[in-house]
Amino acid sequence: MLALEIDNLHKRYRGGVQALQGISLGVQEGEFFGLLGPNGAGKTTTIGIITSLVTKTDGRIKVFGIDIDEDFPAAKRLIGVVPQEYNFSIFEKVEDIVCQQAGYYGISRLQARQSAEKYLQKLGLWEKRHVAAQTLSGGMKRRLMIARGLVHEPKLLILDEPTAGVDVELRRGMWEFLAELNASGRTIILTTHYLEEAELLCNQIGIISGGELIENTSKRSLLRKLDKETFVFNTKEPITGLQSLNPFEFIVVDETTMEITLNKEESLNHIFEVLDNQNIIVESMRNKTNRLEELFLEMVEQ
Amino acid sequence: MNRNLTSFTCIARKETTRIFRIWIQTLVPPVITMILYFIIFGRLIGSQLRDIGGYDYMAFIAPGLIMMSIITNSYTNTVSSFFSAKFQRNIEELLVSPTPDWIIVLGYVSGGMVRGLVVGFLVSITSFLFTRIPLFNLGYVVMFAVLTSFVFSLAGMINGIFARKFDDISIIPTFVITPLTYLGGVFYSISLLPDFWQALSRANPIIYMVDGFRYGFLGVSDINVLTGLGMLVLFSIILFSINLFLLKNGVGVRT
Repeated sequence: MLALEIDNLHKRYRGGVQALQGISLGVQEGEFFGLLGPNGAGKTTTIGIITSLVTKTDGRIKVFGIDIDEDFPAAKRLIGVVPQEYNFSIFEKVEDIVCQQAGYYGISRLQARQSAEKYLQKLGLWEKRHVAAQTLSGGMKRRLMIARGLVHEPKLLILDEPTAGVDVELRRGMWEFLAELNASGRTIILTTHYLEEAELLCNQIGIISGGELIENTSKRSLLRKLDKETFVFNTKEPITGLQSLNPFEFIVVDETTMEITLNKEESLNHIFEVLDNQNIIVESMRNKTNRLEELFLEMVEQ
Repeated sequence: MNRNLTSFTCIARKETTRIFRIWIQTLVPPVITMILYFIIFGRLIGSQLRDIGGYDYMAFIAPGLIMMSIITNSYTNTVSSFFSAKFQRNIEELLVSPTPDWIIVLGYVSGGMVRGLVVGFLVSITSFLFTRIPLFNLGYVVMFAVLTSFVFSLAGMINGIFARKFDDISIIPTFVITPLTYLGGVFYSISLLPDFWQALSRANPIIYMVDGFRYGFLGVSDINVLTGLGMLVLFSIILFSINLFLLKNGVGVRT
């Protein structure tokens, strides 16, 4: 079943800006869907329409088969949203913020407290439940919004750049948490600027650019489109007098580092064979950039 | 419990908690202002004036001053709370939820009513320190107090919906509500005015509220109290409908 079905979605803002130009996409139940795109591409507008913060100009949206034009409240009960910017009252206590959100979904105070405890515990905020939200660190505020988005147990969780401005350790913790949520059957839609995040978590990727969906496929088939990949090699000895690594293109970055570009039809084994012939001993190697990032830049720049 | 009732209770609880959390800002200032009114207008100036409708000036203005505090506090609470929710963007918590618009309106309005009525009660108690106000008909007192706080909470909500910056939430209270209140028979009986000004005063909706409320206490009025009640019910329906229309069309809250 489709958790989310968007058909020919258009949005023109009052000032005349055409933010969306007929986006259509489907997200299967249980998927971890990454919605990527540069700033101003239309990702947040799309999420805004799904969650009713933005009114659409045209098009249809169904959430688990429920058309939002026919029964938006029923559709909303199935959606949890974690916005890009903090949108809670900073003067209220952490637990109150989460419980109130449950209340808005018609969940009783008792159930709300149980659910709030479950998610505040999981997200490491339980000790902070009695403090005002303004005293939380940036990472804690992000986690508070995730707990709030989950308190009514939505089947579809939408996260708009949830790890923006979060330190590496915390980000990895959040990735684990999201992966766990998805593994338990929850459908997740994620917009992010960290393509490493999308490559790690998502199994389906959509790319929006200029208000249009320019790609919507599985991560695997998307990565298959990558023609070239650049690897960084660190050598044991300084690289001296190297003229050619035929058939590979290469750049010597410093005396023990070089970048080698590999075409899709070539193999890493062949690189090592060529390096071996040149008596170059490799100490370590890594991808120059995230693979999805290379592809993303290629597609958006086209 | 019904989902809508749960949502309403949740908003109402949040709004009420806010009023009592910041009581120094919400409950104390109106009482101090009213004490000053009682001292200056009631005791100092009022002692030089003759009785109105058979009551001394202090007893005459007391119901008007109570009603004035109900009006300003109901309005101020809803407009500031709703605008603050927009400003901090936590109004989105409600907008993304299945809570219907009419529950959102009633939830915020309930906060305005609680503040208006609590302040009204505190001012009433304060007034007893200065004068003895008779109680002619408790039913009218309660009906006028509740309906007036409902009407002005609804009006404050409309202001909050349209407001885009902090200045916008003080324009209407300063330039519309305060003048109408002062000209609404709080400090004088409109029967003292020449015919033309009496007729003009009847176009001021606040006169019906002050007059009806005063009737509940003193048993004297310039206007038929049932007309006043009818006006309040009519205003309630109109303002509630405007709020629903605005929220349904996303004015001020959705893009």
